[in-house]
Amino acid sequence: MNNKRPVNLDIATIDLPITALVSILHRVSGVVLFGAVAVLLWMLDASLTSEQSFVDLKECLQSPVAKAVLWLILAGLGYHTVAGIRHLIMDMGVGETLESGRLGAKFVFGFSFVLIALAGVWVW
Amino acid sequence: MGMVTAVTSFGRSGLYDWLIQRVSAVIMAAYVIFLTGFILSTPEMTYQLWSDLFSGTAMRVFSFLTLVSLAAHAWIGMWSVLTDYITGRLMGPKAMPIRLFLQVSMGLGAVIYVIWGVAILWGVN
Repeated sequence: MNNKRPVNLDIATIDLPITALVSILHRVSGVVLFGAVAVLLWMLDASLTSEQSFVDLKECLQSPVAKAVLWLILAGLGYHTVAGIRHLIMDMGVGETLESGRLGAKFVFGFSFVLIALAGVWVW
Repeated sequence: MGMVTAVTSFGRSGLYDWLIQRVSAVIMAAYVIFLTGFILSTPEMTYQLWSDLFSGTAMRVFSFLTLVSLAAHAWIGMWSVLTDYITGRLMGPKAMPIRLFLQVSMGLGAVIYVIWGVAILWGVN
């Protein structure tokens, strides 16, 4: 084997196929969601501590910044869940070929786009 | 299996990690779908309705299971990400201690999430 072949492992210069894009976004959304759980737990705490804190939280969620943060979290959650369901479907042996893998990746973007749009409508 | 792999793997083998990742995902997905359904089917959410939901034993157990699933799921997911990007090829010999530090830090964070969640859930009247 010729081991002087050029090797490019620099991910920044590789043009990602759609399947790789779905995968890297699944990872990014997962890492972001782990941090977002702190916000969600804070919200759960505020919503359950007392009637007053429940009302205060509702008030707080009226601000555009809070709405944007909530929408971002819901977007990450929606995307991560849809991409995760694709994983479960692929575990069953469905969508494992190159063609069907690409199709599944398009479904992930399609479904999560709709979910994220709906979440935006709900938040605003 | 290398030392680091053995130290940081969650279920002690790749097969268990694979299974735990999927079981925890299904539990969390069920929780998210249930809560979304509850919120969307309630026209005007009040403190009474919301706290009644979370004070039930079944909901406490479901929430607790979701928290534990989250901790395990995040541990395995972060392990996958860290072992892919914090590598000797990219960072040299520093990679191992950095990766171990990040894994242990997020593990601590996950434990704090679980304890915090339990305090919230069992504090509801």
